[in-house]
Amino acid sequence: MKKSGKKVILDAKGVDRVVSRITHEILEKNRGAEEIALVGICSGGVPLSRAIQKKIRSIEGVEVPAGYVDITLYRDDLSRAGYQPRLKRTEIPFSIDDKKVVLVDDVLFTGRTIRAAMDALIDFGRPKNIQLAVLIDRGHRELPIRADYVGRNVPTARNETIGVIVEGEPEEWKVVLKESTPGKGE
Amino acid sequence: MLLIKGGRVIDPESGRDETGSIVIADGKVKDFLPGGDAPRKFDGRVIEAGGKWVLPGLIDMHVHLRDPGYEWKEDIRSGTAAAAAGGFSSLVCMANTSPVNDHPEVTRYIREKAASQGTANVFPVAAVTRGMEGKEMTDFAELHEAGAIAFSDDGMPVRSSLVLRRALEYARAFDFLILEHAEDHELSEGGAANEGWTAHRLGIPGVPAAAEEIAIARDILLARQTEGRIHIQHISTKMGVDLLRMAKRAGLRVTGETAPHYFTLTDAAIEGYNTNAKMNPPLRGEEDRMAILEGIGDGTIDAIASDHAPHDEYTKRCEFVAASSGIIGLETALPLSMALLAGGKVSPARFVDLLSAGPARILGLKEKGSLRAGADADVTIVDPEAEWEFRESDVRSKSRNSPFFGWKMRGRAVAVLCRGRITHSLLKGVDPDA
Amino acid sequence: MEGGAEGEHPREGGVNPMEWRRKHVLGLADFSTEEMEFVVDTARSMEEVLTRDIKKVPALRGKTVINLFFESSTRTRTSFEIAGKRLSADVVNFSSAASSVSKGETLLDTAKNIDAMKPSIIVLRHPASGAAHFLSRHVSCSVINAGDGSNEHPTQGLLDLYAILKVKKKVKGLKISIIGDILHSRVVRSNLHSLGRMGANLYLCGPSTLVPKEMSRGGVTVTNDIREAVRDADVVMMLRIQLERQKTAYFPSLREYSRKYGLNTEVFSLAKKDAVIMHPGPINRGVELSDELADSSQSIILNQVETGVAIRMALLYLLAGGYGASH
Repeated sequence: MKKSGKKVILDAKGVDRVVSRITHEILEKNRGAEEIALVGICSGGVPLSRAIQKKIRSIEGVEVPAGYVDITLYRDDLSRAGYQPRLKRTEIPFSIDDKKVVLVDDVLFTGRTIRAAMDALIDFGRPKNIQLAVLIDRGHRELPIRADYVGRNVPTARNETIGVIVEGEPEEWKVVLKESTPGKGE
Repeated sequence: MLLIKGGRVIDPESGRDETGSIVIADGKVKDFLPGGDAPRKFDGRVIEAGGKWVLPGLIDMHVHLRDPGYEWKEDIRSGTAAAAAGGFSSLVCMANTSPVNDHPEVTRYIREKAASQGTANVFPVAAVTRGMEGKEMTDFAELHEAGAIAFSDDGMPVRSSLVLRRALEYARAFDFLILEHAEDHELSEGGAANEGWTAHRLGIPGVPAAAEEIAIARDILLARQTEGRIHIQHISTKMGVDLLRMAKRAGLRVTGETAPHYFTLTDAAIEGYNTNAKMNPPLRGEEDRMAILEGIGDGTIDAIASDHAPHDEYTKRCEFVAASSGIIGLETALPLSMALLAGGKVSPARFVDLLSAGPARILGLKEKGSLRAGADADVTIVDPEAEWEFRESDVRSKSRNSPFFGWKMRGRAVAVLCRGRITHSLLKGVDPDA
Repeated sequence: MEGGAEGEHPREGGVNPMEWRRKHVLGLADFSTEEMEFVVDTARSMEEVLTRDIKKVPALRGKTVINLFFESSTRTRTSFEIAGKRLSADVVNFSSAASSVSKGETLLDTAKNIDAMKPSIIVLRHPASGAAHFLSRHVSCSVINAGDGSNEHPTQGLLDLYAILKVKKKVKGLKISIIGDILHSRVVRSNLHSLGRMGANLYLCGPSTLVPKEMSRGGVTVTNDIREAVRDADVVMMLRIQLERQKTAYFPSLREYSRKYGLNTEVFSLAKKDAVIMHPGPINRGVELSDELADSSQSIILNQVETGVAIRMALLYLLAGGYGASH
């Protein structure tokens, strides 16, 4: 997909600053790191949740439990996907009962992924509350879902995509906005 | 009066293979006129046969007409229509009807119905044993008088060697012929396809070649023991051909036939659990197919017979092991046999022998299998160059169980006469007689 | 294929090396090795669901899976039933007491009736080889072959592969010996693909009446000597000796059979120290497998059962969980 417009919204430094801010907001709103558990949504939310976990460790000196959830088996749009949703893994190696679970994802769009993630979480236990942290909120919600912590609001047109690269070294992380051919799902 | 004009008349019995015309009157061949021209004064019908082969009417000596008893699969009318479309003027029908043709009433029924409704000469075969149960001989002489041309429990072998021995000895006095379906049932039991790599791969229980070979050996040796005559039906194995060859060299009165599918297909055809490739005996391996071609070429095999076995779709549209055995063959026997000519191993004269003169000789049909003066006017006119596709919509048989649909064929019967009466015609201006 | 780096960090699934295009699972003969690996991979994710308290995901919600079993089999049928239910499918069981392998009428008519009820998947077990292929040509939904005559048992082949991978981490180069009634075993025929084609060094062993000569094609070693088969083996798989099939005996007596081809501690000591014992079940204790070996720590027979549910969940998901509706 060769692109005309490809605009870097956040470079590596920008991502790092935003993650720091989100981390501080989480600690502030929850008055510390007790009872917090991080659950990254596969795939993009996982490295972000680890980054947040790392920052909490350096700020509060506390290791909050972190896991990840694959929502493929909970999607409501499997038949329409038009591509083969490959299963990834879910690993939540701790009890989420009575925890304040912060779901972490890279992009918040229609809200369906978050709905599926919440369904999955409920099957794992009964958290005290569920909060949502996202790197980018691009609008176009189809369900009544909102994020508690937002890195950056980026209003987009439907035919644009947000590319979040959070693989490899943090120095290479970035967020770009591009036009794309429609239909490839979230 | 009828003149078949200017075709290539191939009549091995008369030693003839030349261009000429056949004169027919009162259901008999009257004369052969060499050259391509009509006689100056001829006021009968003329069938232009230039560029075509004119052969003694073909005889299919192994057909299941299913009538009486299974008329939804085929009956005498549709079966003979299929025969005529396939180029056959005569056919021999087996006894595994319902009721079994082990009683003169049934034999007469078949003959009479064929005479009134059929479009081919029908020669019924009566059962060797009552009910085809393999225990008691039927009344050979009385059945013969009612019109049975030979005896066979086909569909089944005569299991007991003792019973077959007695039958061969008894038949000898009358010079009756027994046609034997060679199969050792205990070895073949449960099998649905040739025991070999393909059946193994598909998980289908196999029928070992030995099931046929052992039975053929037994049949030949009983013929030897009794000095009787026996004809081995539908040979499918290499060893079967070898045994027949050995029997002939030993001077025994044994003849044998094969069916076109055994020299055209192998067990590879059952791939995908194709029930239209399921028959008994089953399609064998390539080695067997080559041996059958060899046996045809060197004269070991005396006749080609279709083993036309119509089955309704219902009994074929199921899992392989449960499907019925058999395929229709009257309408494909001719073109598939003509493919033998391509290699050069089979000459046109030999071809005629395999499909007409040979069967006539084996069955003692003295007025058939030849176009000499005085023979019955059974004629098959073939266009050896005709290229056509075998389609379901063209089939005259009531059944459609064939693996050859969609095949491009070369060689086709364009007209058939039965005792002077036109039973089939694709020729312009020549219509079948009502 | 290297197995089980559990807890590995999941990577972005954007690069999808395999696209599942299959509508039916009729046999492993036409599965590529990539497809078999893909199913095992999918089963891994399914296994995680089985470790939760609430062992259920909504992936197949509203989809109907029909178990159409013409041969009695509690264990395979239950395994499919559990697999379907874990995925929230509606599972319905049809058992037809098959008389002999009689007229196909039963199968075709039954199939058409069931198809009219619009299931997503029919799971078929039938005594005739090729029955699943036949069924797939006459229904509009997906068909999974749960065992057809002596042809194949693809889900067993895949679960055997996965079970071995979990314990041995690989299949390539392992000496895997399968002992028993090879001739009639659809399990063996599927394993030739799932284990043989994946690089295992396969040995097939049994009395010569029960090991067809055709089997020695394709790099498989055939032997009638159990000691040769078991010596230095990594995996020893015992097959149930089919008492039901003995119309005309393939061997003189069960006693003789178990003396020559049964696995006991003494014979098993010839295998590698860390060899494992497998059996597709149900076991004839004391005939093909001694009591103590069946219950020993080296037996992974129960793991096979567990793995079976995960594999079947994976296949049900792949056939009906997403791609299903669009074809």
